[in-house]
Amino acid sequence: MKLIRAIAAIFGAMLLAVPAAVLAQQPLKIGFGMSLTGPLAGNGKAALIAMEIWRDDVNAKGGILGRKVEFVYYDDQTNPATVPSIYAKLLDVDKVDLVVSGYGTNVIAPAMPIMMQRKFTFMSLFGLNVNSKFKYDRYFQIMPAGPDPAVDWTRGFFEVAMTLNPKPQTVALVGADAEYPHLALEGARAHVKKAGLKIVYDKSYPPKTVDYSPIVRAIQATNPDLVYLASYPPDSAGMVRAANEVGLKARMFGGGLVGTQFAALKTQLGPLLNGMINYEAYAPDVGGKFPSLDQFLAKYQGRAVKEGVDPLGFYLPPYAYAMMQVLEQAIKAVGSLDQGKLAAYMHTYEFDTYVGKVRFAKNGEWAIPRMLTVQYHGISGNDLEQWMKPGHVTVLYPKEYQTGTVKAPFHENRK
Amino acid sequence: MEFPTALLLNAIIAGLLLGGFYAAVSVGISISFGMLDVVNIAHPAFIILGAYISYIVNTHYGVDPIAVSLLLSPLFFLLGMALYRVYYLCFEKRGQESLRGLAFFFGILFITEVALILIFGVDYRTVKTAYADTTLRLGVVDFPLRLVVPFLVSMAMVVGIQLFLTHTFFGRAVLAVAQDQLALRLMGVNPVRIKELAFALSIATAGVAGAFLIVIQPVEPSIGREYIGLVFAVCVLGGMGSIWGTLLAAFVLGLAESFTSTFFGPSWAPAVSFGLLLFALAFRPAGLFGR
Repeated sequence: MKLIRAIAAIFGAMLLAVPAAVLAQQPLKIGFGMSLTGPLAGNGKAALIAMEIWRDDVNAKGGILGRKVEFVYYDDQTNPATVPSIYAKLLDVDKVDLVVSGYGTNVIAPAMPIMMQRKFTFMSLFGLNVNSKFKYDRYFQIMPAGPDPAVDWTRGFFEVAMTLNPKPQTVALVGADAEYPHLALEGARAHVKKAGLKIVYDKSYPPKTVDYSPIVRAIQATNPDLVYLASYPPDSAGMVRAANEVGLKARMFGGGLVGTQFAALKTQLGPLLNGMINYEAYAPDVGGKFPSLDQFLAKYQGRAVKEGVDPLGFYLPPYAYAMMQVLEQAIKAVGSLDQGKLAAYMHTYEFDTYVGKVRFAKNGEWAIPRMLTVQYHGISGNDLEQWMKPGHVTVLYPKEYQTGTVKAPFHENRK
Repeated sequence: MEFPTALLLNAIIAGLLLGGFYAAVSVGISISFGMLDVVNIAHPAFIILGAYISYIVNTHYGVDPIAVSLLLSPLFFLLGMALYRVYYLCFEKRGQESLRGLAFFFGILFITEVALILIFGVDYRTVKTAYADTTLRLGVVDFPLRLVVPFLVSMAMVVGIQLFLTHTFFGRAVLAVAQDQLALRLMGVNPVRIKELAFALSIATAGVAGAFLIVIQPVEPSIGREYIGLVFAVCVLGGMGSIWGTLLAAFVLGLAESFTSTFFGPSWAPAVSFGLLLFALAFRPAGLFGR
């Protein structure tokens, strides 16, 4: 009898062990949409390379929970309309274990309803204030915009502006007709109100505009002290060129231009960026404050050059890698893929990543904002080398990263 | 609403310069769609192809992109001939050009786009020219050379095409093919051959317009899609097959965009432009210069 019981116990244990063993052999599938074509494809491809480097690093160490990591991803064409169907397919057809977002506010927001419906923990990549309306407790965001992103995002520009002497009186607000610029301008209006500035121009433009000079002339006609611009790469280039052609006169110009963080626009616009204020996630001038970033850049830059995407990798790629590091550390700590437990862990603990220590606020944003407000200067020619060395970017905000003070007016610092 | 003189003059000049560019990107469609009845929805893809070829030569040899495009326009002409030959044999000859032909050109559009992505990646590309960052000022009016140079070449191209179509045997044959192919055949002219050459001409203009585009703004492979609506709108507003109509329609849309952006808010520009199109078609269904 004892023998029969022992044999039964062994068989029982084997039966239980089989699914675990089978599971261990199955890859851990992470699904996402990414902009691989369309206006933001340059950024999307750079992010994808960083994520693939993370995947290869993790798999070289044996994977996560004993399972190799596999990506399932689709091109969202930088088109928000494609996003819901991509995530529905990832969850229902591809049966992925985890999902992360593509790049940017415009494609993160449309994925939110399905994430909330399925109760997935959703780690997102550079979305601005996406969770303000959804208030989803399993949403996390890796861009260091801060706990109140709409306001924190534009804080640097207006904090710096209010240090000007005499204080500015008027402001022009302009941005593209898209999700990110609308949110950024919303935050800018809050600062304008708080600072007691007068808005003399507050308009948006279609992202497909060919010639931006009529817009800049209309702004110039209002004679603003400050011009805050929130734009995506093609219109960033268009607006900067138009400001140069029209000879825009303002004490500060810039603030929220997406694109000038990447090598492509840095080299294309070159000296036209002189005097402009913008945001950056990193600058070689404050390299000492980002001790782990070099390790990532060493892995990224060689591969990026081969694949024809952003060879600098200062802006988005380290955060794309860090986003996956957060997920990895949370899964390892929780020991399962339970979405609720992962979210609870991510809300509670601090993560050690290539971009530094990351802790999330209640709304899933960085607990402490860390985006840099900078001013470009001394740029000559269009070579990339000058951007790799310190000397062309003054960090104006936040204080702990500050390397100098703002030089105004903009039009006198353009050359 | 006040219209200060400086703003008004600059809005007019900016609108005309923009219109010149719109005319260049649309004149090819006016020939292929307006005269030949070939719905070449892939026209913007050839504009982008022209932009990338100009980019390669400019980056490697420093040659001006517009000069490159003019020098390489015979190649685009040959490409257009080959493309029409395929289209004719596979679709038009079999009477299947309406839907399958449209799908064919959609395919060409996407294949071109994907090929450019595979070769060049998805980053924005631009060119270096001696004049791109220079703006001439005459009194209160700005003339950014980034727009002026494409405008001047575009005007020369459009006027040249019009003169060619109205003053040469081949040009008249193209106009005749648009009106009555049977009559043309009875006069001993092969309408297929004429259509082939005219289609090739339309593709050659796309190559030149591509160079204008990359001088005016950075280009990435999928940017061509943004011009599909515009080129057909200009063609329809101008009147099918009318080159002068295309030019006038391009100026109307350019001026509408510039005025709206300057005085009322740029968000309204597309609505005003396409509202004008609807308004014009309500009163002149054949377009401004249509018969």
